[in-house]
Amino acid sequence: MLTLQCPYCGVNAEETELTAGGEAHLKRETVGSSDDDFEGYLFMRENPKGVHFERWRHSYGCGKWFLAARDTNTLEVFGTYSAQSKEPPKELRDKISAKRPGWSWREFK
Amino acid sequence: MTGGFRPYDALMSLFREFAALPVAFDWAEKDSKTTRGHPRQRRGIRPDMKRYSAFAIAREALRHHTGWERAWRSPEPKKKYDAIIVGAGGHGLATAYYLGKNYGIKNVAILEKGWLGGGNTGRNTTIIRSNYLQDPSAAIYEKARSLYETMSQDLNYNVMFSPRGVMMLAQTQHEIRGYKRTAHANKLQGVATEFISPQRVKELVPIINIDGPRYPVLGALWQPRGGTARHDAVAWGYARACSAMGMDVIQQCEVTGVRTEGGKVIGVDTTKGAIDCDKLGLVVAGHSGVLAEKAGFRLPIESLALQALVSEPIKPCMNVVVMANTVHGYMSQSDKGEMVIGGGTDGFNNYTQRGSFHHIEETVRALNETFPIISRLKMLRQWGGIVDMTGDRSPILSKTPVEGIFVNCGWGTGGFKAIPGSGWAMAELMAKGYSPLTDEFSMWRFREGKFIDESVAAGVAH
Repeated sequence: MLTLQCPYCGVNAEETELTAGGEAHLKRETVGSSDDDFEGYLFMRENPKGVHFERWRHSYGCGKWFLAARDTNTLEVFGTYSAQSKEPPKELRDKISAKRPGWSWREFK
Repeated sequence: MTGGFRPYDALMSLFREFAALPVAFDWAEKDSKTTRGHPRQRRGIRPDMKRYSAFAIAREALRHHTGWERAWRSPEPKKKYDAIIVGAGGHGLATAYYLGKNYGIKNVAILEKGWLGGGNTGRNTTIIRSNYLQDPSAAIYEKARSLYETMSQDLNYNVMFSPRGVMMLAQTQHEIRGYKRTAHANKLQGVATEFISPQRVKELVPIINIDGPRYPVLGALWQPRGGTARHDAVAWGYARACSAMGMDVIQQCEVTGVRTEGGKVIGVDTTKGAIDCDKLGLVVAGHSGVLAEKAGFRLPIESLALQALVSEPIKPCMNVVVMANTVHGYMSQSDKGEMVIGGGTDGFNNYTQRGSFHHIEETVRALNETFPIISRLKMLRQWGGIVDMTGDRSPILSKTPVEGIFVNCGWGTGGFKAIPGSGWAMAELMAKGYSPLTDEFSMWRFREGKFIDESVAAGVAH
């Protein structure tokens, strides 16, 4: 069973306490965006077999949203971090690089 | 037979003539004018493929079953094909089959990274129905269901299609209204369904508890010609028929790259070397996104694990398929006697082919109320498959930004029932560049806002 540590309350929450919120670090398109950008924002999602970044909510706990780095192929959890991050923290990316050399996800490497 | 007298030899010529009779073989080339050669060769069938029949069983009985041959060849890939289909599951094999049967395109390879039918084709709960709300869905699913009716005869392979009837229980007032609406829509579409009373549900399924208390059965949407089929046999039957047409089914051959030139596909790189092609069909379900990335475009698809389980075998107790979408479970009884139970998808992307344990608990807990007799059943096996989900829960059968590449994916949690219709339509799209059945299922429908919304409308346990 998937277990994620909530970066806010520190609880090791298992899957039934959590709600998956889909892809992380989405840029919200708005007035003036092109059709292509809107299509990407609304419908296209990263669907990698490997390293993935997602939003999660600690629904049956502190109720806060946070972000997580996982491997969709092995279910290994690399770490969780605050929802206020514009990008995955450096030490988390280094940790992933040590385990999955050459990984990339959108613009992150 | 080891003695001097061999009735086998005496009978063989007779059987050969029977086998060559022009019955049931409609993958024949109808335009063939030639009168030379073996009669089956004239009809486009490899003369070395032996037809399965009662005569064949008698023939083999007489020679201690030493004459059965492999159902399909395992060739090495050629340098080039007219068309390559990636994915030897039901949809991929059906696409190849109808390319050959309906359009005479037989220089075709079907590449499979694992083993034939080892993905979702071998992992689903084998339910066949076509009671969808939207017209484009009803058209392709009903085409598929009607092709299932004659599939065993078409393929000369027993797929054990069992039109035992499928019911979707209405357990809330909303579901009653939703299913009545679907029943009306189905009438207009020419799909035979009806909304039936709780008493009729109880007559059809004596083991059901219609009283609740939490989720009483208030009626059901009933499709009498829905049912089940043997999922592996569908893949095997198509593979055999494709192989008989001279197509190459190549297993353990993973596509590692897609080669394009000037915006047009020219071939694929595989673990068995480079193979060229004029047309490429990607029919790989959960891995569609991975392959699309290799070809240089994106698909609006996310991959999730969906799981199912079966109980120990018990005596026949339920001869219809029951889907209970409010409580998120569905059940049928296999010919072996196992209760086949389908559960929910995981809420997050993954490629693990196993699924989260708590979904089993939720599914079984819910079904226990509706089917009290299963409370003491032991569950024997559980497994998962990777389903490819689109935003509107409808499939994508479409051209792509790369010329010559076609995709057939996004069947999500309900692909098995669509296999023959999907193959029929995809073959037409690949051969002619247009198919009325796939017209609405374009990959560009999202940006155009032309969803085929079955996610809420159909009330399916997606």
